Amino acid sequence: MLEIKNLQAKAGEKQILNGISLTVNAGEVHAIMGPNGSGKSTLAQVLAGHPAYEVTGGEVRFEGQDLLDMEPEERAQAGVFLAFQYPVEIAGVSNAYFLRAAYNEIQKARGKEEMDPIDFLDLVEEKLKLVEWGPEIMSRAVNHGFSGGEKKRNEILQMAVLEPKLAILDETDSGLDIDALRIVANGVNKLRRPDNATIVVTHYQRLLNYIVPDHVHVLAGGRIVKSGGKELALELEAKGYEWLTEEAVTA
Amino acid sequence: MSTSETTVESLVGGEYKYGFVTDIDTEVIPKGLSEDVVRLISAKKGEPAWMTEWRLDAYRRWLKMEEPHHWGNLSYPPVDYQDIIYYAAPKNVKPLASLDEVDPELIKTYEKLGIPLREQKLLAGVAVDAIFDSVSVATTFKESLAKEGIIFCPISEALREHPELVRQYLGSVVPVNDNFFAALNSAVFSDGSFVYIPKGVRCPMELSTYFRINTANSGQFERTLIVADEGAYVSYLEGCTAPKRDTNQLHAAVVELVALKGATIKYSTVQNWYAGDAEGKGGIYNFVTKRGKASEDAKISWTQVETGSAITWKYPSVILQGDRSVGEFYSVAVVNGRQQADTGTKMIHVGKDTRSTIVSKGISAGQGNNSYRGLVKVLPRATNARNYTQCDSMLIGSRCGAHTFPYIENQTSTGRIEHEASTSKIGEDQIFYLKQRGLNTENAISMIVNGFCKEVFKELPMEFAVEAQKLLGVSLEGSVG
Amino acid sequence: MTTTYLKDIETVARNGGAKAPWLEALRRQGAERFAATGFPTTRDEDWRFNTLAPLTQAEFQLAPADLGGVTAADVAPFLYAIPGVRTLVFVNGRYAPALSSPGEVPAGVTVRNLAAALGAQHPALEAHLGRYAEPGKGGFTALNTAFVKDGLFVHVEKNVDAGAPIHAVFLSDGKVGNAASHPRSLIVVERGARVAVLESYVGPAGGTYFTNAVTEAVVGDNAHLEHLKIQRESELASHVGTTHIHQGRDSRVTSFAISLGAAFGRNNLDINLDGENIESQMLGLYMGRGRQELDNHTNLLHAHPNCGTREVYKGILDDRAHGIFNGKIYVTPLAQKTDAKQTNRALLLSDTARIDTKPQLEIFADDVKCTHGATVGNLDQLAGFYLQSRGIGGALGRKILVYAFAAEILEEIPYESVRQGLEALVMARLDERGEG
Repeated sequence: MLEIKNLQAKAGEKQILNGISLTVNAGEVHAIMGPNGSGKSTLAQVLAGHPAYEVTGGEVRFEGQDLLDMEPEERAQAGVFLAFQYPVEIAGVSNAYFLRAAYNEIQKARGKEEMDPIDFLDLVEEKLKLVEWGPEIMSRAVNHGFSGGEKKRNEILQMAVLEPKLAILDETDSGLDIDALRIVANGVNKLRRPDNATIVVTHYQRLLNYIVPDHVHVLAGGRIVKSGGKELALELEAKGYEWLTEEAVTA
Repeated sequence: MSTSETTVESLVGGEYKYGFVTDIDTEVIPKGLSEDVVRLISAKKGEPAWMTEWRLDAYRRWLKMEEPHHWGNLSYPPVDYQDIIYYAAPKNVKPLASLDEVDPELIKTYEKLGIPLREQKLLAGVAVDAIFDSVSVATTFKESLAKEGIIFCPISEALREHPELVRQYLGSVVPVNDNFFAALNSAVFSDGSFVYIPKGVRCPMELSTYFRINTANSGQFERTLIVADEGAYVSYLEGCTAPKRDTNQLHAAVVELVALKGATIKYSTVQNWYAGDAEGKGGIYNFVTKRGKASEDAKISWTQVETGSAITWKYPSVILQGDRSVGEFYSVAVVNGRQQADTGTKMIHVGKDTRSTIVSKGISAGQGNNSYRGLVKVLPRATNARNYTQCDSMLIGSRCGAHTFPYIENQTSTGRIEHEASTSKIGEDQIFYLKQRGLNTENAISMIVNGFCKEVFKELPMEFAVEAQKLLGVSLEGSVG
Repeated sequence: MTTTYLKDIETVARNGGAKAPWLEALRRQGAERFAATGFPTTRDEDWRFNTLAPLTQAEFQLAPADLGGVTAADVAPFLYAIPGVRTLVFVNGRYAPALSSPGEVPAGVTVRNLAAALGAQHPALEAHLGRYAEPGKGGFTALNTAFVKDGLFVHVEKNVDAGAPIHAVFLSDGKVGNAASHPRSLIVVERGARVAVLESYVGPAGGTYFTNAVTEAVVGDNAHLEHLKIQRESELASHVGTTHIHQGRDSRVTSFAISLGAAFGRNNLDINLDGENIESQMLGLYMGRGRQELDNHTNLLHAHPNCGTREVYKGILDDRAHGIFNGKIYVTPLAQKTDAKQTNRALLLSDTARIDTKPQLEIFADDVKCTHGATVGNLDQLAGFYLQSRGIGGALGRKILVYAFAAEILEEIPYESVRQGLEALVMARLDERGEG
């Protein structure tokens, strides 16, 4: 589904990604971990097309298409979804309006019919259960006045409605208490299907007790320095990253 | 500046659509200001002697006042008051038997501005007083309003037809010596609208005045006086445009609102005077004094969408004189290019249990500078006063500025005063979030800007809300309702 | 009178100083700092609303270590029946094991009195003690530092949930007049861990003593802390309590400050948001009568982007009581996307009660949301009438309204027994007004 080959990127003059290669197949969950400044979030942002980053080398193919050649909205329409580390607040625009606009843009791009507000609310009703919310959340302005935990839940709700092929979760777990973490993880798990894939970028191993990854990759200095199974995450939590970053430097 | 900033800025601006000049035979008096000019204006209006004296008194006071040149957060070269034409009027404007007698050029002008004046095309539910340079050229629905006892006419006509009413209230809210520009206006004002709603009457339609400056080098000094008698209700709208010219023109208006016991006045403005070009050449200097006085249980509500003018200097205020009176101020002020706006409100709580609400939304783009300046003053007698102020600024690009100056003076030990402020940027991160959800840049910005202004737009009557969204060059869909 | 304190500092130093050189150095630093600056005065901006002279000019001597016969019955009124609670009782600033029930703690959790932890040389102490509430932060903190000896020590290891709350009760017996105690506490919550801590500062009615407490809390990355401070000192006592909370990225803190006692009661709450994506809540309730002066000074440092804080303080002031609220929010240029909300509401029950409110927002970033609201009101006559029209009498109606005002804060306390206990105290206070 996703094939990243030797991806390099910089922000301003600062080189952040130094050649990342990674293949994600349908039905898989990949976890990306690493210390502060390792390039985890940058990788997520580059895949979604954030304009602050300039790709300086390598290629990314998503379902055979050249992902790097596409505008951010085209990537979204093609089925790439990024759950933001810091979701943006949009005052005065209701969750319902925003989400329907997004849903219809994606429908349009796929040559499908747009959905009217009534039918859309029916669709959303189902999805709300996934994040244990009632319909009142739909009339609140997008992320406006939401707590950190609510914002993250709202990202998962959007993901549930937009049904992406590839979901990238950028530190969705940071700061969540146990209840919120369970709700978010539960939502992600229920959305797992054989025909979609998930990349979980996280700073803390705790999340991986709830979302069990097929593969764990450790990023340091803009490179993947180690890959392994889910047990690698536990090892990282116990030993920290130092042993790996030292290996990376000496390697 | 990044490319996305450029896109954002260009989307907010848009071409000024009202910059054309009407070619019409106009009578102008020579430039300059003197007692003779004041007398001449008064004579042209056929005013009673007391009115001429009132003007001369204002003129003499004005001579002793200094232009508040360093007021606020504004900078502009000194205005030469002897280089301005104080009276300009299309020829052949006489009392008309029917609107169809209005000069076809003027009819065409107003049609281009979206204000039809022909009987068969009149906007349903909106009565219009059309003011062209120094005079009113047409007033619609006058007769049907008169049946309810409502007076809606040019103020020059009111001075002739209802002198006692005008004399009772003119200058009662904004005294002639209130400030430099108010004094100047009191001396030379040429026209404007007068509204009187009798006791207990709810005005059945929106009343509106459309101001147009046409003549080069002229100033417009309109005067509006609205009196809502006990228990009456009126909603009044004003709109303004001017041709594109590369010299600055002065607009110094005074608006007085009198809401007697239990009355409600809702006053809405969409101000779109020519703002000057991108380099800051030309444009209107908009120095306006607007104030209302609310008696017991009365309510005065100001809503403004300020998008035009090179400089805006304007603080629509409410004196909450009576117990339980209510004052409101909702404002969207947009600056782009080199525009400067210093606007806000004053809520003066005099009576007990008085309430005021201030919602100010400033949008700054280009190299524009936007300042909110507000005063909430609670006098010792005004126990249990309440004020809620919300003051939000949005910056588009990195060369513009937003400033807020909230002043709170509470002289009681009771009351509730709340202040909320935010400054946000439309930048890469915001737009990227919406794009990542499948929306294109244009829709993303439109959604953010409209959401930002929503609380103010919803206060506007429908026709004006539509005009306001057009002015911002973005769609209102989805952010209202 | 700083000389009395200085003499006490000397005595303490002579009677065997600390074993660890770092602790010795810390105390000395406190002593020197206090000797140099003394107490603040009303000329200091941070103390300008206060009536400081009665406290700073009185001669308070170090409270005797002798327990003087304090029994469980003396402590009982200040305890709460929280399921599984671990209680440590301190009398006149010293740990009283006989009155305490520290119970069992999960693996990875240390709950001890500070003196014992210092004796055992717990490694977290040298790393953290005195690093946040530095002696340079002011006269009272310097003085406390000079006397560092005992208090609460909590340490929670990485990813451990400490479970049921820990309650530290600092009781001054008031048996010797003008006695001072300087409890010092340290709470360390490592990365990903969670703990709830209650601190009660209490004393018998009529005691004229001075409590000068300092608590430091360090909350690691992604860690959670719930902190309740309940001040129920004698209404003739003086209380200065300083709490410094230092938060790492992704961490969450909820802090409560409930002040009911003390003739002069001052809370200083400093929170340093030292990382991205931090959320903090600060909730406070103060209730003054007679001539009580109750002051809450909060100080939030937003130093990094994407952090949110919510602060709600409410005060109820009767008779000639004086309330002070000073809420400082400092947003550095780096701290973009800060979302800070501050509310202070005061209810004046008499014409002679007074409140000074000072929101102090200093914002140096340009993409932020900061709000502040201040309300000063007396009992809304209209609301009283509303209750009357429902058949509830004037005095009772007023009581219900005041109670409802306080309940907004108390309702957020997550422990039922604490909530109920405090609600009962509020009601009792209102009953004592004599019109109910």
